[in-house]
Amino acid sequence: MSLATSTIATLRRRLAAKEISPTDIVRDLLARIDSVDPRIQGYLRVNAADALAQAADADTSKPLGGIPIALKDNINQRGEGCTCASRILQGYTAPYDATVVRKLREAGAILLGRTNMDEFAMGSSTEHSAYQKTCNPWNPDCIPGGSSGGSAAVVAANEAIAALGSDTGGSIRQPAALCGCVGLKPTYGRVSRYGLIAFASSLDQIGPFTKTVEDAALLLRVISGHDPMENTSRPVEVPDYTAALPQPIKGLRIGIPKEYFGAGMDPEVQSAVRAAIDWYAAEGAEVVDVSLPHTSAAIAVYYIIATAEASANLARFDGVRYGHRSASAADPLTCYKNSRAEGFGPEVKRRIILGTYVLSSGYYDAYYNRAQKVRQLLRRDFEQAFGKCDIILTPTSPSPAFKFGEKTSDPLQMYLADIYTIAVNLAGVCGLSLPCGFTASGLPIGLQLIGPHFGEAAILQAAHSYETAHDWAARKPELA
Amino acid sequence: MKTETIDVAYVAGLARLQLTPQEEALFQQQLGNILGYVEQLSAVDTSSVPNDPIDPHLPTNVLRTDEERPSLDREAILANAPKQADHLILMPKIVE
Repeated sequence: MSLATSTIATLRRRLAAKEISPTDIVRDLLARIDSVDPRIQGYLRVNAADALAQAADADTSKPLGGIPIALKDNINQRGEGCTCASRILQGYTAPYDATVVRKLREAGAILLGRTNMDEFAMGSSTEHSAYQKTCNPWNPDCIPGGSSGGSAAVVAANEAIAALGSDTGGSIRQPAALCGCVGLKPTYGRVSRYGLIAFASSLDQIGPFTKTVEDAALLLRVISGHDPMENTSRPVEVPDYTAALPQPIKGLRIGIPKEYFGAGMDPEVQSAVRAAIDWYAAEGAEVVDVSLPHTSAAIAVYYIIATAEASANLARFDGVRYGHRSASAADPLTCYKNSRAEGFGPEVKRRIILGTYVLSSGYYDAYYNRAQKVRQLLRRDFEQAFGKCDIILTPTSPSPAFKFGEKTSDPLQMYLADIYTIAVNLAGVCGLSLPCGFTASGLPIGLQLIGPHFGEAAILQAAHSYETAHDWAARKPELA
Repeated sequence: MKTETIDVAYVAGLARLQLTPQEEALFQQQLGNILGYVEQLSAVDTSSVPNDPIDPHLPTNVLRTDEERPSLDREAILANAPKQADHLILMPKIVE
């Protein structure tokens, strides 16, 4: 078996047995990247020399010793570019490591390269990257999902063993579903965002993309934990997620929210998710009906709160201290306006304007404050549902991967692609997507498992039992 | 909540964003659609939520001990500035 197609768990065993070296793994991945990435275009940059140097020094006794990991290009890695796939950060070099990067280094991981994304993580297809179009490894005419489309695509195409992404409204889970890998959005406060370039601070979380649930458990443990540099990270103990995996699911109460099974769902997605529910029931899990009554308001709430926060967070990109400065800047105000006009793409501009508008005098109460109130109701929905069940099961995305250009002309249609993932961020709970089947045309379908605050162990456990009883993870995209 | 037409040029000014007339026209129409969609929030009964909702899951006033620690590398930070000289970041002139 090629090293590039292996999991973290397998590579760790083989490294421990001295059958292979970290350099073997990096060389295999670099060869794979050379052969498939010109078509997939999942990476913005790969630092081959640096990856080989890290491999030469890797300590394989550490939890991720010698394992190459790809990073979404909005996570600061000292000495590397960090563009957020935006022109405005072209030429910027990160002067420090994000906390997750420091933790990966301390765990012995090899930082392999930087992955493509929607500009500033705003989008659901990675089509809003200012640099390149990433293709879905299962069908090059389809989008990989977004905003962490590059991270999902390189893991699915076996160009990385695992990757990190960020999830503000579904940006890990939706591309994981569309590319057929495992993606986990941890509980708000589980993973430090220090060094993640902020999009919407009350929603952003960093999380793993992996080939298996076991790998997600390993990687999550490494990146989790309290960070004095990040005031929303919580001092909650990080459990040994791997140890929880083999526990039986008999008696596990799985909630099925009726609002997530209404109109608008692709029939093939519907039948794959229904089959997964039936499997859980047959295995002795208790399937219970729950209700999340404010679900239909989630996207409206999100596009007020996320854009409001983005308009404030992106104010720092003004052409002064870093990034692009307009050549036509004769005075400070023109410098700000023109640098931003030249540096930001259309979706970012659209969201900055919407966010500025909903926060502006006279509209704040009608939009922002009202959205905050409905957000509380969405939170209560989850609290009440988790009184009746241990985890919640839904589809990850209403449809499999769509074609390039299908939703770019109508931003609202693109926003609606996040219908099943967005409420999880608004409520601050955790969610995981794993493969649960394929369409007749061969596109992956994702199953979402949602857990309560700091309930990652329960969703990992439930996902692991499903995964080991099915062979979806063994299917690989045909990339000649 | 009532439907308002966004004065895109005015809001873009607040956001320090120079738009082309084409962008203004496009955003006017697209943001109008999005605002029409979010209008649905006015139908949600929020009477059970306090007027100034505080997120109970968010910590407030988190303090850490005031200890000396290394700061970021000054040269690396300055190297990112589009224009600099003598350890200062240069900007266009503010006053004549």
